[in-house]
Amino acid sequence: MNEHVEERMKKLLRQALPPMNSDAGPGRDLWPDVLRRLDVNLAAKSGASFSHGWAWFDGVLAVGIVALVAIFPAAIPMFLYYF
Amino acid sequence: MRNGASYVLNQFRQGDADAYEALFRQHQRAVYGWILRIVRNPATAEELTVETFWRIHRAHSRFEPERGFEGWARRIATRVALDWLRTSRAERELSMEACAEVAAPVEADPAVRAEIRRKTALAFGRLPLKLRIAATLAVIEEQPQKEVAAALGISVVAVKLRVFRALRLLRKDLQEQGITP
Repeated sequence: MNEHVEERMKKLLRQALPPMNSDAGPGRDLWPDVLRRLDVNLAAKSGASFSHGWAWFDGVLAVGIVALVAIFPAAIPMFLYYF
Repeated sequence: MRNGASYVLNQFRQGDADAYEALFRQHQRAVYGWILRIVRNPATAEELTVETFWRIHRAHSRFEPERGFEGWARRIATRVALDWLRTSRAERELSMEACAEVAAPVEADPAVRAEIRRKTALAFGRLPLKLRIAATLAVIEEQPQKEVAAALGISVVAVKLRVFRALRLLRKDLQEQGITP
């Protein structure tokens, strides 16, 4: 493809897809959307880590209690007293 | 003496919300414009501008104030737009077709018929993404190759090469359809 053809291709491309008018800027203020996005993501992140942490913690605690009760049945009254 | 602009950049790096808003106010138009050039749809460009500033916020601690905000934001915006183009192929093809249909600029050469324009736009939409983006920014939008290279994270030579390959593939596609540009 020589330089002449290349220039013709560029011209054809610009005619098929003219440049966008990008100087106009967005049609509205996007700051509220950015704030909303930040809130949603921060909430999702903290929510996810909270539920994930508790699920893990609950599981370990339950296994621990079951193991303790199985090994030391005498501890049952103590648990009943505290719970 | 403390420079106001560099103070804002340093504050932003440390996670200051006011500095973040100041940078958003200062750069949202440029970021939106850059994304619009790539995705060619105002509503999508608005949506992706929000996504870009979300990613900018997330990455604030990795920001290097001495390298400037504009180029960094443009690189992130480019990645956001590329991600969108990769995941919404059908929508993109539709918008290319719509562009070709409405793109009948007054200053266009009347010898180039609407059908050729439409086929050119569709053929352009079939090009590999990395070639298409380089050609969109460097040829259609006539952005400086240095800026295109920085935004895409490649060299100026690579931009030129991609543009050349894009035009060559486009020409081949059109020739296969019986159009000799």
